[in-house]
Amino acid sequence: MSIVINHLTFAYTQGGKPLAPTLKGLTFTIEEGSFLGIIGHTGSGKSTFVKHLNGLLSCEKGTVIVDGHDLSQKSERRTVRSLVGMVFQYPEYQLFAETVYEDVAFGPRNMKLDEAEIKTRVTNAMTMVGLDPERFSTRSPFELSGGERRRAAIAGVLAMQPKYLVLDEPMAGLDPLGRKEILSLLEKLRSESGCTIIMISHSMDDIANHATKVLVLEQGSVFLYDTPQIVFSNAEELQRIGLSVPSITKICIEMNRRGVAIPTSICTEDAFLHWFREGKAHA
Amino acid sequence: MRDITLGQYVAGNSVIHKLDPRTKIAMMILYIAMTFLVKDIWFLAIPFVYLVIELVLSGISLKYILNSLKPIRFLLILMFLLNLFFTKGENVWLDLGFWKLTDEAVLQSFFLSIRIVLLVAGASMLTLTTSPIALTDGLEKLLTPLKIFHFPAHELAMMMTIALRFVPTLMDESEKIRNAQMSRGADFESGNIFKRVKSMIPILIPLFVSSFRKADDLAIAMESRCYHGGDGRTRMHQLKFRKEDLFAILITLLFVAALIVILVLF
Repeated sequence: MSIVINHLTFAYTQGGKPLAPTLKGLTFTIEEGSFLGIIGHTGSGKSTFVKHLNGLLSCEKGTVIVDGHDLSQKSERRTVRSLVGMVFQYPEYQLFAETVYEDVAFGPRNMKLDEAEIKTRVTNAMTMVGLDPERFSTRSPFELSGGERRRAAIAGVLAMQPKYLVLDEPMAGLDPLGRKEILSLLEKLRSESGCTIIMISHSMDDIANHATKVLVLEQGSVFLYDTPQIVFSNAEELQRIGLSVPSITKICIEMNRRGVAIPTSICTEDAFLHWFREGKAHA
Repeated sequence: MRDITLGQYVAGNSVIHKLDPRTKIAMMILYIAMTFLVKDIWFLAIPFVYLVIELVLSGISLKYILNSLKPIRFLLILMFLLNLFFTKGENVWLDLGFWKLTDEAVLQSFFLSIRIVLLVAGASMLTLTTSPIALTDGLEKLLTPLKIFHFPAHELAMMMTIALRFVPTLMDESEKIRNAQMSRGADFESGNIFKRVKSMIPILIPLFVSSFRKADDLAIAMESRCYHGGDGRTRMHQLKFRKEDLFAILITLLFVAALIVILVLF
């Protein structure tokens, strides 16, 4: 199963009149089990695009089909919302309940699960994000630290056990340790429960290190959609649209300029070190 | 929810737009006084003519005035009917036994309805031609003399300005929170009224929390820029009372005087 996006076109309206389209005929497929990184300049349509994945916005032209559920059908949206989890920018601002437990249980409750199932899911989700259920369940979400609050909010989405997890800049405003924790949580989710991750990020390094596929959006169109190695070997094109390449790739490009024949498709530290040890690129 | 616009200011470059906000507030108060002084339907023609002149000079399309009347249409109809049914009179037009339609009732109904329409239309003329910021500036200046009685004129105007500035921000914020809760399966559209009100809690609480946070941040940002209230504060846009303002006030006073003369004579 997969998410199939076909000629997705969307324009916001202002005062009843449509504005210039934000998304212009996107067509591609997100395979199950992949880790998709979405990059693009501010205003390229990244956030608008992900809102189509669970029907928060609905397109007039084109289709989005999640595991066979066509999102243009209004009746399918509720089903899809439990399949596609959505973590927005600064998700901690959506916390509202009296206790962390109740907040994490909000999603599962809306799915009309029974209490026992809700309890297992909440406990699992809290453990997953590193919030000890014993210590945190009864605390108010508003007395947690910033990082803990963000993880509590993410647990609220994980408790719905989505097959696809969409995250809009999940690491914004976190310290290096917090960023690392979120990224390793995403890796764990993908390897343990086979969850497909779709992540918007401005950090080329994070995308290069974790994504299996990279989508580059430029003014509402697909600019590139390929593996990180191929996408980041287009340094000049990326720079032209206001993006950049991972720092390790920058080093490779500079080394090349100075006469070292290192492939410029290297975009992770591992591949870089591997090249030095083996004297050849790690595909 | 995205399309709500607060205040209905229509930017323009007309004589009316350029008047000092204080002048326009004074004009509106005098205009309201005029409509209340009138006790006879035919004399409403005087404030009506005044309004038409103002409308033509401002270059505002009649559509905006009609739009401002939309929210009160039910009130208008209700008031018209109540007066039609309950005003007692002698000149009977139609007798249905339990209720008599009289000359006086018809006149009274029209009189009160037209007066309300004139009041609301006149008040909208002020907000249509004056930006909310100019309006609070003008209000602050007008209320400044009350400071002798410890009336917080500056603080009040600052609060109004901040409140206006945060309306779009909070709209945006509530839309974001709504999207997030909808993604967690929240349902805001079905169920009876109690269920729907209860379903707003997951939006309202985060919204309150974020308003407090924003207020806190703003207070710190203002203090960092040495804000210490209105004392000794200068402004970038000085309000200036010009020739045109004097002229506008004089014309308005002329209308008021004319009305009083007519009322005394007839």
